Amino acid sequence: MAALLEIERIDKTFFGAHALTDVSLDVEEGTIVGLIGENGAGKSTLVNIVGGVVTPSRGTMRIGGQPHVPRSAADATRAGIAFIHQELNLFTNLTVAENIFIDDFPRRGGLIDRGAIRRRTAELLDALDLEASPDTLIDELSPGERQLVEIAKALHRDARLIIFDEPTTSLTTRETEKLFATIERLRGQGKTMIYISHILADVMNLADAIAVLRDGKVVGHGPIAEFDIPKMIRLMIGRELKQLFPDRTGTPTDAVVLEASGISQPGIVKDVSLELRRGEILGLFGLMGSGRSELARILFGLDERAEGEIAVNGQPLTRHTPSGSIRNGMAFVTENRREEGLMMEAAIADNIALVSLNDYARTPLRILDQDRLIGAATAIAGDLKIKAGDIRRQASKSLSGGNQQKVVVGKWLLSEPTVFILDEPTRGVDVGSKYEIYAIADQLAAAGNGILFISSELGELMGMCDRILVMSQGEIRRGFADRPFVEEDILRSAFREDAEA
Amino acid sequence: MTGRARERVVAFLLRNATPIMFIAVFVFFGLQEPAFVQPDSIANIIKQASFIGIAAVGITFVLLTAGIDLSVGSVMYLAPLIAGFAMREYGLGVGPALVVAVLSGAVMGTINAFFVVRLRIIPFIVTLSTLFFFRGAGTFLTSSRQLDFPREVLDFGLAEIAGIPLPIVIFAAVALAAHVVLTRTTFGRQVYAVGNDIEAARKAGINTQWVMTRVYIISSSCAALAGFVLIAQIGRLDQSFGEGREFDVIAAAVLGGTSLFGGIGSALSAIIGATLIQTVKAGLVFTGVNLYLQPIMQGLIIFLAVFFDSLRESNLRKLKRRFIRSDD
Repeated sequence: MAALLEIERIDKTFFGAHALTDVSLDVEEGTIVGLIGENGAGKSTLVNIVGGVVTPSRGTMRIGGQPHVPRSAADATRAGIAFIHQELNLFTNLTVAENIFIDDFPRRGGLIDRGAIRRRTAELLDALDLEASPDTLIDELSPGERQLVEIAKALHRDARLIIFDEPTTSLTTRETEKLFATIERLRGQGKTMIYISHILADVMNLADAIAVLRDGKVVGHGPIAEFDIPKMIRLMIGRELKQLFPDRTGTPTDAVVLEASGISQPGIVKDVSLELRRGEILGLFGLMGSGRSELARILFGLDERAEGEIAVNGQPLTRHTPSGSIRNGMAFVTENRREEGLMMEAAIADNIALVSLNDYARTPLRILDQDRLIGAATAIAGDLKIKAGDIRRQASKSLSGGNQQKVVVGKWLLSEPTVFILDEPTRGVDVGSKYEIYAIADQLAAAGNGILFISSELGELMGMCDRILVMSQGEIRRGFADRPFVEEDILRSAFREDAEA
Repeated sequence: MTGRARERVVAFLLRNATPIMFIAVFVFFGLQEPAFVQPDSIANIIKQASFIGIAAVGITFVLLTAGIDLSVGSVMYLAPLIAGFAMREYGLGVGPALVVAVLSGAVMGTINAFFVVRLRIIPFIVTLSTLFFFRGAGTFLTSSRQLDFPREVLDFGLAEIAGIPLPIVIFAAVALAAHVVLTRTTFGRQVYAVGNDIEAARKAGINTQWVMTRVYIISSSCAALAGFVLIAQIGRLDQSFGEGREFDVIAAAVLGGTSLFGGIGSALSAIIGATLIQTVKAGLVFTGVNLYLQPIMQGLIIFLAVFFDSLRESNLRKLKRRFIRSDD
């Protein structure tokens, strides 16, 4: 088998710092290479070099035996390289067909030949098993369907090498399965792919070969048979990760900090009741679409509820708004860090200060006490070990996923809450940073807070929680309180396969 | 299910807020004063709407890319002025003068585009500056004296084609051309793409700079044409001509459903918006409402349209929310 893409001794330095050092990698034609590594290991830099977005400082590449020296993304596209990014590059106000042809419409008599693009798009969608009309607006498609449109775009351009960068982060379980089936089929048709993901089990399933990056170097490369998940983790973090979860340092008390009873909202949740105690980490598990995040939003007062009471520290929350929740000591770390949790362009300190601005305003003119605020923010950044330069200047978007998550937590810490709702806090975060986030959750609980830990990764809930509630179709299906938790029982409950509880 | 059915009705009403408001306004004035809905009066309304309408169609291109063009009122003044000078100095006929006006507009659009696209200055600032600059240039050229156009310009302005007044014909032609360009050409679709996500457009290999350049040229050219068409109705150009009209033009486009955030809107919405504003104005005159109340009424209409627009947005978002439980 011949190598489609040959990367030879690539170096890349940004302002003197080595992002990649002497990276060589061959991608065999018709195979899938799983590219793994912690955030900041150089995965993105490497694929951006292949994709023409970044130019290497040294080294050469060949594609199909020909030298590959892309000067722009368009060059790489012409060379047959397609990117499927985490954030999709689609225009939501245009139709599927228009998105596929946007840079090069076929014309008839000067006008767009709509019949032609419709026919060609229908063929592409058919091949991908996507049941949507070419005239559907992207806005009306689900994240999974949008991803298939991106793939259709790649196929339309006769891409030989398709690079997937964390493609499953916003997909449901079903959509993920469909994506994987599509990827397998593309491989069957001889397409070559690079698959980047933090979900190692997926990489194990899909890839024919694995390449592991650490600190800008290839630290492992070979056929899939030579790898298993523990080995991948070991190579990624460069040490044996003996423990995936920190030991719990505190124990729950009996005092209830958050109490919800009989929460209902038509079409969303039904008759949900729960109690969260001081010092407790309460897990909330459910499949995608079970209503976990929706419940969290209702608890925090972001969405309305038709019925039910919510009380924080014994204080009932009527006319429930997020600011009321915050005043009463609630904090909400959302699953959607990029869009809802952080101001990406703003400095780290500004983000941390956001929730507590009022507490640092000097009366009577409500002018901010900058020195005290920056002092407090700096202390929190230190406590959480946020890896950053000057927190007053550095923009939050420049941080890795794990460090961004710490900034979100830090923002809430400053307001001194007693109830934390963590919604998918480790999504898109690498293995090493996950451990740190777990450790923070443990510290918060040990300090006497109540933590509602929402996740679709059962493993982390089983590792961290005192109790686990299972949600399904907007209801609490069952609670599990006895450690060790039995994975099968919990999953069965989530799939509604258990005897009616 | 009755709850869902009601939601659907609400969604339909909100989705079509502007056309519905249009009909409501029409019926309201019609009931008060039957003469209002006679063909003559309707033709008159459209004729008067064509001036703002032509410019609104042009500015729609800019708004679609999430830009803004505040200089249209001044272009309406300066471009016909240059054409008028050309007629006086070189004895140009009406046809060539109209071409000169539109070309002058195109040059002004190019100036806007140069600063926005090349020097990357935000459109609001660029066109706010050229608003003063273009009008200032006119003031300098005329020493703020009024300019009278030759008789033939007035003849042209009052001409009819197949019994339809010329402004309406030009309005229709511009709107139709814009509609075809926006919906059926590569450039048109790329305008929508740029307005939706300029970064993604760049990544998709679209020449965003060239797209942006053209929208500013189109906007100014349309404003120039609109100015010339109205001048041809009155035969005289004075210092304050077109002043403040940029807001009428933007209001018309937005009233018709074009978003100031880019990516949403059409030539059709500019037509509806411009005609609706004119209908209200005419209706108030017809029904003898206190003249001094009219600006307030106009402000109210624009507010309502924008209010419905934001209601629609939040309501549609709510409807798109996932439902988890199917039994209630």
